[in-house]
Amino acid sequence: MNVIINGSPKHLNEGVHLEDIVRDLCKNPAHVIVELNGAIISGPERSATQVKDGDRLELVAFVGGG
Amino acid sequence: MFNDMPLVIAGKTFNSRFLLGTGKFKNKSDLAESIVSSGTQIVTVALRRVDLERHEDNVLEHIPKNVTLLTNTSGARNAQEAVRIARLARASGCGNWVKIEVINDSKYLLPDNQETIKATEILAAEGFVVLPYVSPDLYTARALVKAGAATVMPLGSFIGSNQGLKTKELIQVLINEIDLPIVVDAGIGAPSQAAEAMEMGAAAVLANTAVATAEQPAVLARAFALAIEAGRMAYLSGLPRQTSAADASSPLTGFLYDNAQ
Repeated sequence: MNVIINGSPKHLNEGVHLEDIVRDLCKNPAHVIVELNGAIISGPERSATQVKDGDRLELVAFVGGG
Repeated sequence: MFNDMPLVIAGKTFNSRFLLGTGKFKNKSDLAESIVSSGTQIVTVALRRVDLERHEDNVLEHIPKNVTLLTNTSGARNAQEAVRIARLARASGCGNWVKIEVINDSKYLLPDNQETIKATEILAAEGFVVLPYVSPDLYTARALVKAGAATVMPLGSFIGSNQGLKTKELIQVLINEIDLPIVVDAGIGAPSQAAEAMEMGAAAVLANTAVATAEQPAVLARAFALAIEAGRMAYLSGLPRQTSAADASSPLTGFLYDNAQ
């Protein structure tokens, strides 16, 4: 299935959970905040949330800023 | 002799009146050392998409736990985008303090006061502690008070310009008229400028670019902290006004010669 992660298309296996994606893609998964189709998904919800074809994901984290 | 009240923002007390931004540091050890040498108790951070190609360091690892995290909404071009960033930041579990920064002009990078007021209203109603960054304007500041802002953060000059207090008179109006801490933000490029803001009665100063881009950031961070303390002390001393005429410091009588002219 195809999803959009941070604006770029990605091909993923069917039935994958949000938590797996975050762990795969991010160095500090605990500090990553996830938005799925515009809704914030909290840490504990990630393991229970399956990603579907066409979903839009935003993975954001803190960086230095003024 | 010198007895100051702590800075209070949204019921939380701070002994340091220096807010430090964490952007633009060459490396993370400069950042960590500057946080310590500045004595800051509030630092700003930003939220960005995770770079999936490049594994970046987590900025939070370099910020001590007892320092209050103030997430800015940089990148937001309107109130809705600022609200979205603030909600994402809160979802991280790192607190609910947010610096509203709404900019949709890429040349001057001036904040959009109207959109900032809208975002402040929404977020304050949701329980955020809102520190809005604005161009200094009395009507905007009054609207921010009404909207539930915790401070008003007027810019001293263009962001990152190191030009100091170009908007000095307008900031003075806010200090005189607004019953919230006035935190001077943006354009503060040297400790003398920070001291000047504090002498005027500003509650605190935020600096980032000047410190982060100095050859020795931690040393300049310390210099800023001392200047801010000196400026605060001068303000509390009841600093005399400037005059246009000369006024001798020594007595004008009893000179050691006759027939004084």
